[in-house]
Amino acid sequence: MTPWILQNLWLIPVLPMVAAGISALLKRRERGLSAGLAIGSMTISLLLSLKAFAEALAHPALQVKIVDWMQFGDQWVQLGWLLDPLAAVMLVMVSFVGLLIFIYSLGYMAHDDNFARFFCFLSLFAGAMLGVVIANSLLLLFMCWEVVGLTSYLLIGFWFHRPAAAAAAKKAFITTRVGDLGLLIGMVWLYSQSGTLIFYGYGNGCLEQRAVTAMATHATVAGMAVSTAIGLLIFCGAVGKSGQVPLHVWLPDAMEGPTPVSALIHAATMVAAGVYLVARVYPLMSGSALEVVAWVGAITALFAACIAVAQNDIKRILAYSTVSQLGYMMLGLGVGGVAVGMFHLITHAFFKALLFLGAGSVIHGCTEEQDIRNMGGLRKFLPVTFATYSAGMLALCGFPLFAGFWSKDAILHAARGWDVSMGPFYLGAIGALLTAFYMTRQMYYVFFGQKRTPAATVTPAAVAAHGAGHGVEPAVSPRPGEVCAVEDPHESPSVMTGPLAILAVFAVFLGFVGTPAWPWFQNFLNGRGVAWDWAGFSEPGLVSTMVVSSLIVFAGLLLGWWFYGRKPIVNATDEDALESLAPPVFHALGNRLYVDEFYGVTVIALTRFCAAFASWLDRWIFGGLVRLLAWTVTGVSWLDAGVDRFVVNGGFDEGCREVSRGGRLLSRLQNGRVQTYLSVIAAALVVLALWLLWGHRG
Amino acid sequence: MITLLTLLPMVGGLIVLATAKLGDIARLIAITFAVGGLAMAGLLWWGLSPANPGMQFEEMRAWVPALGIAYHVGIDGLGALMLVLSALVVLMSLIASWNNEKHGPVYCALVLFLEAGLFGTFTALNFVHWFIFWELSLIPAFFLVRIWGGKGRAKAAAQFFLYTMAGSVALLLAFLAIFLATSQFDFVQLAQLGQSGQLTTALAQNLHWSGSPEHLSMLLFWAVFLGFAVKTAVVPFHTWLPSTYAEASSETTMVLTGAMSKMGVYGFLRILLPIFPEQMQHAMKPLLWMAVASIVLPAFAAWAQKDLKRTFAYSSINHLGYCVLGVCVAAQFTGTDPAMATEKAAALTGVLLQIFSHGITAAALFWFIALLERRSGGLRGIEDFGGLRRVVPVFSGLMGIAIFASLGLPGLNGFPAEFLIFKGAFPLAPRASSIAVLGLLMTAVFLLTVIQKVFSGPVNPKWSAMPDLTTTERWALAPVIALMLLLGLYPQLITGVMHSTVMQWVTGMRF
Repeated sequence: MTPWILQNLWLIPVLPMVAAGISALLKRRERGLSAGLAIGSMTISLLLSLKAFAEALAHPALQVKIVDWMQFGDQWVQLGWLLDPLAAVMLVMVSFVGLLIFIYSLGYMAHDDNFARFFCFLSLFAGAMLGVVIANSLLLLFMCWEVVGLTSYLLIGFWFHRPAAAAAAKKAFITTRVGDLGLLIGMVWLYSQSGTLIFYGYGNGCLEQRAVTAMATHATVAGMAVSTAIGLLIFCGAVGKSGQVPLHVWLPDAMEGPTPVSALIHAATMVAAGVYLVARVYPLMSGSALEVVAWVGAITALFAACIAVAQNDIKRILAYSTVSQLGYMMLGLGVGGVAVGMFHLITHAFFKALLFLGAGSVIHGCTEEQDIRNMGGLRKFLPVTFATYSAGMLALCGFPLFAGFWSKDAILHAARGWDVSMGPFYLGAIGALLTAFYMTRQMYYVFFGQKRTPAATVTPAAVAAHGAGHGVEPAVSPRPGEVCAVEDPHESPSVMTGPLAILAVFAVFLGFVGTPAWPWFQNFLNGRGVAWDWAGFSEPGLVSTMVVSSLIVFAGLLLGWWFYGRKPIVNATDEDALESLAPPVFHALGNRLYVDEFYGVTVIALTRFCAAFASWLDRWIFGGLVRLLAWTVTGVSWLDAGVDRFVVNGGFDEGCREVSRGGRLLSRLQNGRVQTYLSVIAAALVVLALWLLWGHRG
Repeated sequence: MITLLTLLPMVGGLIVLATAKLGDIARLIAITFAVGGLAMAGLLWWGLSPANPGMQFEEMRAWVPALGIAYHVGIDGLGALMLVLSALVVLMSLIASWNNEKHGPVYCALVLFLEAGLFGTFTALNFVHWFIFWELSLIPAFFLVRIWGGKGRAKAAAQFFLYTMAGSVALLLAFLAIFLATSQFDFVQLAQLGQSGQLTTALAQNLHWSGSPEHLSMLLFWAVFLGFAVKTAVVPFHTWLPSTYAEASSETTMVLTGAMSKMGVYGFLRILLPIFPEQMQHAMKPLLWMAVASIVLPAFAAWAQKDLKRTFAYSSINHLGYCVLGVCVAAQFTGTDPAMATEKAAALTGVLLQIFSHGITAAALFWFIALLERRSGGLRGIEDFGGLRRVVPVFSGLMGIAIFASLGLPGLNGFPAEFLIFKGAFPLAPRASSIAVLGLLMTAVFLLTVIQKVFSGPVNPKWSAMPDLTTTERWALAPVIALMLLLGLYPQLITGVMHSTVMQWVTGMRF
């Protein structure tokens, strides 16, 4: 007897999708209805997710449902959904954080012309993301994954009249599609190897013992096991979606989207889908594939943290921080297993969503200002935002006892114990130091010191941001050099601060579901029960790692204070403390280590060249050959006409008339090409046929 | 039934010509006949028994028995699919023409004649009779391009006609040779000869060929291939396509890309693959290279185009390239490995889905271009617009859906087709398929560039008063968009009817 919730699990993603479909057909002025549909469907999805969670708690064993989708020859392509603790945890996280962000958007997007469309896209996103979570087939997962990519594209480019947003949207879609091509190849390869894309199908799934063993023993040309190759190809998709180096470049640009989008899609859920994908196909990931995952994750964690240090846009700092944290999750998966990576995914979703929504509240309160140099002293004006933001910031830094502490510590602990190399541990540890540092820098710039907003001049970028602001063209847009809005920053309405407060509670306390003494989360994912046991801390190296990582966090905070807190920042135009210390380093970091520029002169230039070359090839080589052939045929016709004129009809006394006839003949060549060609072709046909039939007789 | 179906648009065309003086009424009659054609094609589709792999609704009458020429028509899954697609695309094109005052009754009559040619081609099972329709469809197409096209129409039409004609001549010669050797013009019979390997023997015995029989059969194979390659526009035989598609009026291009370009793929499936399986295997390498070139090169070239119609024309070559890839890998020699038979079935099913899916997507895209041209006074450069999404949101939204269908977004019609083709092609030809995925990437690049340049960014003040889609236009387009969604979510609508046809191809090739 299959439980009711398993039978109807598909409702969880489908409801928001249906809401999106209906609201796509609504008129733009039906704002309330569109938002109502989105929030209503999301609430039901959350309730169903909770029911699914309860079911997974009661029966942690995996449950699946498989349906036929399309037929080819005598086979069927099957799709299906599954329920296990991993999916259940993700379901609750996505629908809960999603719902909070939907509510927050009511306030944030209130003045936008395209309010109804916004909720339509958000619902579509939520539906597709929930679909990724419950998919029991790599194909279904891929399909939802691509739709998630589409909504990300639509929402990054939501203010499509801004060229920067339109470009960022395109960049995001194409960069992630580069990774998706790897995923696609991995998927069809997996399909041909295991004969199915169903993950778990009563012993026949592609992640189950039989298929995995067969693939692990079957070697490819490079001596690599097939499962490793497939695992790495699938990981390519995760690299694109989760912004891992070298495909991270789209994520910071994605901040062109409205802030709730950044919080939901580009911090909490979609970008974590790559991590979830690796966790889902974990049985396929062989040891050598996991090594790659760990290294990519560790490098990303440090690389992005470095860049975050020198950014001045409040959302870009958070974006690089997200890239860095996603690196930690990958590192966790690589060195510690599913539970380690997933734990950080869940805690990060809450505190990073909190930070982004807090940043949104700051931006909202400062009339669309995003440059932290133009803020300052905001803790007095936005007390709720400040308090909640601090909680999120401490959680992100891994301050002892906050959520991020437990999850990041588990990763560092696993990295330290990794038997392949200590490298990732060191990279991760330095990354943790930088995390604390850049978050402290941001806090001092935004919330402490004196209010710098009125004194600051408006940069062109800020004007662009402002003008687009809520999608409404302001009556008078400030020009560069003009004094910005004079009114004081204001706290956001409660529809926005409410979600902040709820998320803050989770940012502080969520870590306690997975402490070493009470590893409920880890055991739940592994389908085991849990009991309180202090002995969990006695694992070798655990406490020392905790001490070391705490010291690192304190050091980072202290360094941040030393550079930015000791002397309050007075003017927005002041040189950054780090800038004066090491200008070239700071500028290189500020310019994102020139990765975009590097791609510009390499990959993109090459692609442009290929495009121009393909076009040229078409015009001059392929087209040229055809023209050559045509000229030859025309030449033959000329000859034919000449013979006609001078041999057959030749005659001196007809000379005068000949001239005009020649003219006609010539013009016939020009205008009546079709007939001429046809007659030549027909003649050639006859000759060929004769040759074919009798030419070789005897 | 099939004869009636082919006659219907022909009679319709004549009636429209006879009533041409009535203007709009004649055009309405044309649309009515197109609806009738779609209804009849639909009836055949429903009447087809999916479990039966053979020809159905067959009609056979002796014609010139001495020369093996018979009137033999019938359809299997492939035929039914092509009929429905052609009828649908022709109807779409005629509806799209409604607001184009240049497209008078004579235009509509020619489109109906073209439809008759398509119906005839997709149902004929005897070479002579098939070839007549194959050529017959070319004549109205030539005049549609020649008379109603843009500035360079004369050159484009001539190029289109001659190029296709050259392919046809090669095709005709090859079949004459085959007839002389086997006294057969019947596709079904020839397929049996080809698959049992008797074709090569017969050619060698009866044609007094001094070289090796393999060379002769390869020569004939390449001649037939040329005929279809030109029609499908396989690189490097594709150069007629971009200028023809760009110069023809967009409504004409809808039919050219939606239905006529599929004649080539149909030829690959109905004639080349069943009759020349052995030769295809010999020629596998160059065939795969051409397929990959047809996927990758046009995708790159599309990005370099400045004219929307040329961009979508190149995109069309790219999409049909996937079909060619699917057909080629299906001819791959694999012995009796059942797993590989599955892959072949996947690739061929993908090809069938792609034929239909590309047909409606490409037709829809050129419909949107037609609507855009009408609003912009004929301008259609990528750089000519900007910010249209703000001015004409419904138009932009619907065209956006069609664009995403074209780039293979899951949930829309393009994805199941491309997935199945790659699913089949990768195990059979890993290297070629891995290069071919570049086409998927470049498709995204140039299509998103189109969206960025045309729909996003600041509003181009020139178009700030452009009218959005009218209610009629919305209702006309809605079924097409709905069909894209439906086929994306539930491709079984098509694959369910195709499976035994596909199995027939896969199990038919036994060596």
